Amino acid sequence: MELKGFRDTEQYDPRVLEDVKRSVFFTKVEQLKAWSRTTSLWPLSFGLACCAIEMMGTGAARYDFDRFGVIFRASPRHSDVMIVAGTVTSKMAPVLRTLYDQMPEPRYVISMGSCATCGGPYKEAYSVVNGVDKVVPVDVYVPGCPPTPPALLDGVELLREKIRREAKGEKVGQE
Amino acid sequence: MSQELLNTIVEKVNKTVGKEVLFFKPAEDEEQTEEKEEVEETAKLNFGKPMIILDSGDWNLTLAKMLRDDSDLGFDFLSCVTGVDYDEHMEVIYNLYNSEKIYYLYVKVKTPREKASVVSVESVWKSADYMEREIYDLLGIDFPGHWNLKRILLQDEWEGHPLRKDYVTDKKALGLD
Repeated sequence: MELKGFRDTEQYDPRVLEDVKRSVFFTKVEQLKAWSRTTSLWPLSFGLACCAIEMMGTGAARYDFDRFGVIFRASPRHSDVMIVAGTVTSKMAPVLRTLYDQMPEPRYVISMGSCATCGGPYKEAYSVVNGVDKVVPVDVYVPGCPPTPPALLDGVELLREKIRREAKGEKVGQE
Repeated sequence: MSQELLNTIVEKVNKTVGKEVLFFKPAEDEEQTEEKEEVEETAKLNFGKPMIILDSGDWNLTLAKMLRDDSDLGFDFLSCVTGVDYDEHMEVIYNLYNSEKIYYLYVKVKTPREKASVVSVESVWKSADYMEREIYDLLGIDFPGHWNLKRILLQDEWEGHPLRKDYVTDKKALGLD
């Protein structure tokens, strides 16, 4: 690849050039931003039902969300991603929407478990919203009732993949 | 011991109400009573614990206060209130408890389905407050005498009472599906 202005590297001392090649790489600002986003996804802990227990288990010592840079925040203003863990009732839906609106851009939503995805066992119940995607746009759906911690880890990994590919200019999950 | 307690309760409740609202199954031979089940006994042991069944007309604050303050009974704690919708009538079940002598009592209050109404005991046992509100919210039983009878679980603008047998769930109309 011909890059203007980088010819003069040839003038470097060959030993220094070795070092420069090893420690310098080129990227786009968008991809750099995506890299920094993917390595510190801070979720808003939105535990609504039993899925929240699995989410806590994922955050605890055995699975340790922290090692992926996923640190739970109690405020929507600190968060990048909202993990909707549990049943969304019609009374909770406006609250959920308000919290989503309070999150700074860019924001993502992970729908965790059958209830948040489609209503799950409460599909026929009188007060349950059949899917959180009726309230907020969802990026990743994690199936399971409740999903195991590895499933949630995989969901977060999928979201990372999505952020990376979107930064490259690909369209992900949009028909 | 439970049978003796039940006898005491029946005696005192009948005395308070002023007529024989509680009675046992007539102790005749069992074959005859099984054939004519028209008269349902209103005082019996339910899993070894006393249970009385009252009509909502007989259930009032005087009776509730007697159950709480009587030296022999002294049910000082209302541990649970439940509402049930049978198709013919509705019922509110009060689970009472005497924390000193470890007595239990179940009081079932029957009320008709149309204009279901049971006198609130919120002024006698404070713990009835939220539980009666919940029953009002989900079953639509009115509790006259309650200080703040409004919806507790569902939104204030909700129409109907979802746990009634004749409630039709239409999630599309509610915008949930």
